[in-house]
Amino acid sequence: MKRIFEKFIESLLTLSGATTGIIILLIVIFLFREGAGFFRHSEIESGYVLCVNEENPVYRLTPKQIKEIFDYEIDNWSLVGGNDEEITPFRISDISDYYSDEELGENNEFLPEKLGEIIAATPGMVAFIPEQYAADTNERVRQLITEKLNPADFFGGDTWMPTATPAPQFGLLPLLLGTLWVGLCAILIALPLGLGVAIYLGELADEKIRNLLKPTIELLAGIPSVVYGFFGLVVVVPFIQKTFDLPVGETAFAGSLILAIMALPTIITVAEDAIRNTPQAMREASLGLGANHWQTIYRVVVPYSISGISAAVVLGIGRAVGETMAVLMVTGNAAVIPHSLFEPVRTIPATVAAELGEAPHGGAHYGALFVLGCILFLITVVISVTAEVISKKQPQA
Amino acid sequence: MLETKNIDFYYGGFHALKNIGMKMEDHTVTAFIGPSGCGKSTFLRLFNRMNDLIPDTRLTGECLIDGEDIYHKSVDVTSLRKRVGMVFQKPNPFPKSLFENVAYGLRVAGTTDSRFIAQRVEESLKGAALWDEVKDKLKKSAFELSGGQQQRLCIARALAIAPSVILMDEPASALDPISTSKIEDLIHILKKDYTIVIVTHNMQQAARVSDKTGFFMLGELIEYNDTKKIFMSPEKEETQNYITGRFG
Ligand SMILES: Nc1ncnc2c1ncn2[C@@H]1O[C@H](COP(=O)(O)OP(=O)(O)OP(=O)(O)O)[C@@H](O)[C@H]1O
Ligand SMILES: [Mg+2]
Repeated sequence: MKRIFEKFIESLLTLSGATTGIIILLIVIFLFREGAGFFRHSEIESGYVLCVNEENPVYRLTPKQIKEIFDYEIDNWSLVGGNDEEITPFRISDISDYYSDEELGENNEFLPEKLGEIIAATPGMVAFIPEQYAADTNERVRQLITEKLNPADFFGGDTWMPTATPAPQFGLLPLLLGTLWVGLCAILIALPLGLGVAIYLGELADEKIRNLLKPTIELLAGIPSVVYGFFGLVVVVPFIQKTFDLPVGETAFAGSLILAIMALPTIITVAEDAIRNTPQAMREASLGLGANHWQTIYRVVVPYSISGISAAVVLGIGRAVGETMAVLMVTGNAAVIPHSLFEPVRTIPATVAAELGEAPHGGAHYGALFVLGCILFLITVVISVTAEVISKKQPQA
Repeated sequence: MLETKNIDFYYGGFHALKNIGMKMEDHTVTAFIGPSGCGKSTFLRLFNRMNDLIPDTRLTGECLIDGEDIYHKSVDVTSLRKRVGMVFQKPNPFPKSLFENVAYGLRVAGTTDSRFIAQRVEESLKGAALWDEVKDKLKKSAFELSGGQQQRLCIARALAIAPSVILMDEPASALDPISTSKIEDLIHILKKDYTIVIVTHNMQQAARVSDKTGFFMLGELIEYNDTKKIFMSPEKEETQNYITGRFG
């Protein structure tokens, strides 16, 4: 009877372990499958095509070129490999500049024909029109070749404008750099502070203070990140704006500061544990050789607990890189490649959180956010593996 | 010369050492024996003030080295510890290279002359009978040594700061017989230059290495005399019982 009961419990535990594993695996698979879907989308909005005059020697434009043309930043075909001719970008809504509603017919039945006429008459035109109209224009109109979104543009792209028309810009760099930038600065702030507190708690504070301080710090780790974000928005952002006399306070620096505060409890707790785990024998050996307390700390305790301390740092970085809400609230969310600490930036997790709601399900934008998710996932995997490897390297006495 | 007068020591409310007075001459080896928990380590650690690290302890009485009360306010603990080296029960090398382990005491004392340090390291390793085994791998981690080698490294580390007294708390208890006899041989040699106090649970070891032996029980020094006398014809019955193995 007892044996059966034990067997039952055993299989129950095995089952729950297996279930958890499978669920995690499914989530990862889901993430990557949705992400892979992104690269099956076309470079320009689906259902639309770009048409040019048949005499135009240009057959293909990259998404970036398309964007710049329609933003009037590129205004001559020679800049994109064509003749020296002015570019006239054309959107379907511009048709009213050329023809009145009557001329287009009651149900727009003459629209394709008229489009054809416009394009045929304007050698420098590039028209962004629905696919269905393009078919019924005339033989003097040629469609530009559009390709699928490609990884090189994604990973090397420096513009993130997922809702731009005709060609949305999915450039990872501003987001990736924003994430790393904010994370790195956060660590640079949190590290010395966290280590200082960890050393103080582990080596200097007397038992009473430690017993009070340590649980308090551990409690900080449990505060929801919106609360930190709120604090950042109300206190840190205006403070930064005033102190550095900036147009806006929502900057990379504000994000780093908030992240640093959020990463502190992790860093302090893990590093302090490592410091405390330094065997008393090490301290006694050092003191016994005439070293004073400080020399013992930095020559023996810190080197001895260095693996634990590094693990603390890596975990802190992990927290900083993956954190969403607080950063979303205080960094200003401008998806531009950061040049200084005092500009708005946008991080990967903040982008996903902010945009997933408005990205049409199954579209390119939606897929792009999943690719971001995959990248974030890979970053955190690398970080946790690093932490794992480092903390296993504990020296044994 | 080490001397104590009316030493009483308390861990919180626990009376660990009771009215202990004894003298240890220079260039002698003194062994402390006694059942586990009788206070040998506690007494030994008084001489380099290692017990200061333990919170909530109290000491009364006098503890003198060459006539100077080492618990006097004016005494600098770190310089005291440079004069009184210690070797612990379990080898406890630092997570550093062999060289840096031995050089540690010099470095923390502020010595920067690297020729002098290298010379001291060599002398100390020779003094600890370890030089020939490790001279080609001084840059290697101390953890790569065997337990016996690690213990001799710890002895070398203590020798490097040129103390006058060396305290050894069961230095061979974690070692194999060959390493143990190496350490015992070493103690014989070191005796010429140092005053040595050693705690041991091994009667034969105490008989082999020491000139004088103190027998402790329940925080008291029961008997203290020449080692020969203690082992051949102890005065107290407890001592007799202990060394013949009828007790403890
Ligand atoms: N840090 C401490 N706090 C409280 N009591 C202690 C502490 N260290 C030792 N004691 C107590 O003091 C007594 C003497 O301990 P000590 O370590 O000096 O014994 P010992 O003779 O060295 O024993 P052993 O042979 O086992 O090493 C023991 O009863 C022990 O429980
Ligand atoms: Mg002991």
